[in-house]
Order: sequence, then structure tokens, then C-alpha cells
Amino acid sequence: MNDVATQNKQSDEKVPVTVLTGYLGAGKTTLLNRILTQDHGRKYAVIVNEFGEIGIDNDLIVDSDEEIYEMNNGCVCCTVRGDLIRILQGLMKRKGRFDAIILETTGLADPAPVAQTFFMDEDVQAKTRLDAVVALVDAKHVMARLVDSREAEDQIAFADVLLLNKIDLIDNQEKPELLRILKKINPHAMIHETTRAEISLDQILQRNAFDLARILDDDPKFLSKPDHDHHHHDHQCGPDCDHDSHVHHDHSNAQGNLDPSVHGTTIETISLRAGELDPNKFLPWIEKITQIDGPGILRLKGIVAFKDDPDRFVVQGIHMILEGDYQKAWRSNEKRSSRLVFIGRNLDRQKLERTFAACAV
Amino acid sequence: MMSTIANLEPGAYTQWAGFLNDIPTFADAKGFIRLVDGKEKSVDIHDGLLCAASDIDGKSLVSGGEDGMICRLYADGSSNIVHQAETKWIDKIATGPAGTIAYGSGRRGKIILKNDDIREINIDRTIEGLAFAPKGMRLAISRYDGIELQWINSDSPNQFLQWKGAHTGVMFSPDGTYVISLMQENALHGWRLRDKKHMQMTGYPSKVSSMSWSHKGKWLGTSGAQAAIIWPFSGKDGPMGKAPRELGGMGKVMVTQVCFHPTAEMLAVGYENGMIMAVRIDDGQIVSLRREGHGTITAMNWDEAGTRLAFGSDEGEAGIITLS
Repeated sequence: MNDVATQNKQSDEKVPVTVLTGYLGAGKTTLLNRILTQDHGRKYAVIVNEFGEIGIDNDLIVDSDEEIYEMNNGCVCCTVRGDLIRILQGLMKRKGRFDAIILETTGLADPAPVAQTFFMDEDVQAKTRLDAVVALVDAKHVMARLVDSREAEDQIAFADVLLLNKIDLIDNQEKPELLRILKKINPHAMIHETTRAEISLDQILQRNAFDLARILDDDPKFLSKPDHDHHHHDHQCGPDCDHDSHVHHDHSNAQGNLDPSVHGTTIETISLRAGELDPNKFLPWIEKITQIDGPGILRLKGIVAFKDDPDRFVVQGIHMILEGDYQKAWRSNEKRSSRLVFIGRNLDRQKLERTFAACAV
Repeated sequence: MMSTIANLEPGAYTQWAGFLNDIPTFADAKGFIRLVDGKEKSVDIHDGLLCAASDIDGKSLVSGGEDGMICRLYADGSSNIVHQAETKWIDKIATGPAGTIAYGSGRRGKIILKNDDIREINIDRTIEGLAFAPKGMRLAISRYDGIELQWINSDSPNQFLQWKGAHTGVMFSPDGTYVISLMQENALHGWRLRDKKHMQMTGYPSKVSSMSWSHKGKWLGTSGAQAAIIWPFSGKDGPMGKAPRELGGMGKVMVTQVCFHPTAEMLAVGYENGMIMAVRIDDGQIVSLRREGHGTITAMNWDEAGTRLAFGSDEGEAGIITLS
């Protein structure tokens, strides 16, 4: 599990699963119905954890009880969702009924066990793949939620795509601060401002957000972009913006300035940079760091240039689960550099910086 | 040896394969049950069949489905709805003596007694597995962090056999001495009921999805490795301190199903590539029963006499192997 795997996955044969998270009232069911009723010719199986008052318009809905199972390996963050294992196994016995699966979690759900299920259970991993975690954020109430709930912050930090929904309900003056907070918690998610969860489906489905081969496609400037927050609050990309470098990627605010008293955020991003690394130092280091600091790491992503290696090495992680593989080769005119980004809580920045720097050639 | 092909619809997942009143019967995950008695008979019984178990007398098959129903099918193809109550999937089922049925549907479950009396299963976690004790007076319920034992005819509180981790299946030994669970980790866990002594059976490279007792309970065969892993239970401490036998290794091919012969110490072993072997425990002799096919073997059962083995795969291949 903690090994840096080098297997190639045939992701095309696996059924994609999109996870919808978000607080009660953020618009999950509205988005779900939008997905299901659009004329896309695709069939979905929907897994819900609580039948809401609003109906879901779909033939195949499975109701499930959230069951978090700690794995028997002494690690408290190695959790899976037992109910998902059971339901996904059942669904996959009848192939051909659906093209993809959408999982709507409860408002208070922790996204980590959901995501980890796709990496820790061999049967689930064999038949399905986690496509992306989409979090809906209620623009009107998210600030209050962040003060009183850790789950709200976790859901934002964990997401690949953030829908800042009900944007019509807030003043234009409130928006820049709201976006700043979201980007502080999660600098790498795509943020879309929406009203009544209205969004082009290609922004939330078929994202391949956990596919190592495509992990950085959404973020082509991962290596080159600055870590500092440039406060470009005058430009915000809406859902229709095809602006190449989405401005929301340029605000990683990774150099600190984190004040937990402001809006109650406790999650921070640590960005580490280096030139070429020694694989014999880096691989043991990343395994050890995720073993020791795993409970605090919500997500990690990185690109690494190994000395004398023509191919770039890509890693991603959730808590103690780590996945790494060689991806496409460095271009001849490209600067060979390494970058790792940790999103988490209670991370020791100095230690990470110091020990990462020691992996340099 | 002779094989009869009884393929299901292409791509259909075989949930259960065996014999009802000696008639080869195959149940697929879509909810079709096929009886092969001279001419084939197909019964559409569920909209999605998730679990099935033959009755102790071998005359009927009870099944639970996505439709929240429990059905009973007889060898002549007739069937009836035993119970319809759940809004959630019914995906765990067990049969006991005198037609008793227990089922699980998420965190709810019921015991249906022969006079149609219904008792609730008392549990507050998801029911992951169910098994009746040999005499049918107790029900074992596997869940997160252990096994609960509930009396069928009494309101006394459940006995809890605790062991950390998720227990995804459960089985009693034929004489009721031991309770064995399948775990989410690649392991089995066992308890000797008399003194609740623990038995850890670990070392599997994969999850164990199938286990089967030899007819006298001397051996417990299991899947989850590149050979059948067979634990000795003849000593007073069960398999503790003893190494399991590893038989039927076929290179790197995973064993997915095991089923002990009803009268001989011989184990049918089904593999992920569709192969089936028969392995004799005392001398380790292996006989090939089926070559590689399409899909993974997902179900196997012997007939009462032990001359025929019914099998099915997750790709619709199914059949009967007759030993000569």
C-alpha cells in the first residue's frame, strides 16, 4: 500500500466514479439532477447516503449507510468506506447497465475514506476508478461553516473541482475574500462560480483527476508558476472561461501567512521546490514522510526530475496512500525541476523543506 | 470425466451454481435462474440478484435482490416471494434448518422462521455476513470489529466476539466448534466458541472471498492466494502453530473459489482465469477439471453424491463437470 507503485492502469476499462461532496443545502442534489437530466446519452448509477427530500430523477439509485472501516494496520488514517465496497461490488456484477457512477455523500462526510476506498480495496480498484471529487460550496453560508465545522474545510481541501454555488446570493464585494479563502485552503482545485449548480458537465465529469498520467493536465504550469499569492482578485474565471492559465491556480499562497483565527481555516498548503533529485534519497523520503505525517496530509501531488532520467516522475497521495509512476519524458528545452505540494493540517514546514532539500543531487 | 456446458447469458455474473433436488441450477446477478433438467428452464426471479443460498435440505434456493425481496425457488421452477420489506438492497442471506432464513440489508436484517415468524437481527452496524450454527439455534452476524452471536428463539443479548477490523463474511465449522470470519484485510479470523480463543490466519496476498470445510471439519480450504490455502483443524487448537497446506498452485493464477467434496477429502479449486482443479488433500494429487475459460470462477458446488460439480464464471460461462 505504501509502496511507490509502478504499475500501469488500464483506466479506460474501469467505470469512472464521480464523488459529490458539500454541506447540506449547498446544491448537491440540484447538481445531481442536472447531470442526470441532460441529454448526454450516458447512463449513470447513483449512490446516495441519505434519501433527501428532493427527488432524484434516475432509474438506478442505491441507498447506502455510511460505514467507515479502519484498516487493521495500526494507522488511524487508513480508512475505507465499507458500504461503498459492498455496493460497488454489487453494481459491477451487472455491467452494461450504466457508463459511470455518481456518489453523493452526506453533508458531513469525510472525503478521505471515500477516496481511499478506490486505492485500498483490490476489488473496487479492479473494476472502478475514482474520477474526481467535486465539492459544492454554498457561497452564502460557507464562511460560517468554516468556523464551526472541520468537515466543510476538509471537503474544500480535498476537492479537484470546487463549485462556488449560489453565487447570486452574495454581494460582489464579498466574493474576492471568499475566493481568497477557498484558494488558501485548496490552491489547486478548479473553481467555478455557479448559480443553481449550473455548469457545463465536462467541467465536472471525466476529469481523470486521480490518473497519474493526466494528473497535471488541469494544471500545465504546475512546475513554473509562482508560489506567492499575487492578489489578482480583479480577474475571476467563471464557468465559461477557457482562459489558459486559470487564475485560481496562481494563488497557492504557499509561503505562510496562514492565520487560523481568520475564518477558522486550519488547512495549509506547503509547496516544495528543487532541481534534480536523487531517486535513492527521494523515494525512501516520500515513503517515510507519508508514513509519519500521513494523518495530516489530505492530498499531495508532485512532479520530480530524477538525475540522469529522461522521464518525469509523478506522485500523488492521500494520507498514507502513495502512488507514483514515470510519465512522459522531459522536453529538451524544458528546465528539469521538481515540485511537491502538500495540502494538510499540522504539517511541519521547516522539517519538510529541510528533508526535501536533502534529496537533491 | 465429462463436462456439460450450461452457459448463462454472455457476460452474466454467476452468483450461485449448484443443485436443487439434484437438478443443476445456476443463478446470475441479473436475477435469472436457470435449471438444467433435460431441457433448460429459465426463471426471472429478481431485478438484480445479490445473494443466494440453497436450503439445508437441498430442495430450494433462497435469494435476495436489489428489489428488496427474498424469493424461494424450487427444482421444478416454481417460486414464491418469501418476504418483501426492504427499500435497500438485500445482499446477505443464510439458510438454517427447517427453512429458516436470515438476511441482511445494510444495517437492518431479519430472521424468518419456518412458521413465518419474523425476528429482527439486533445490530447497529452494517451486516457483512450471516451464518447459522449447525443446529440452527444461533446466528452469527459479521460486522466491523467482530462477530455477534444471536439466539434465534430468545431475547437475550447478543454475544460479541471482538476482533478489530471489518469482518466481511462468517462461517461455522460443521460441528459448531469454531466460528471463522473473512476480513477486509487479507486474512481470516477464528474463534473457538468454548473459550473464545482467537485464531489468526494471515499471510494471504489477496482478499479471501471463499472458504469451505471438509466433510468432517478436519480441513478449511480458502481462496485468496496463488494456491488453495488449507488450514488443519484436526488438533485441539485448530490450526494454531501449524502451517497450512498449499495445494493447486498454478503459477501466478489466483484461486477465487474453493469447495470441498461432500464425502472425500478432496477440494475443488476455481481460478481467476476460469480453470478448475480437484486437489486430494492426503497426497496433494491434482486433477484438471476444466481448462482456462472466459472470466473468473465465482461459484461452485458439488451435488449430494459428490459425482457432479456445478460451476459458473463472472462472464456467463457455466456448466457441470461429472466425475467418472
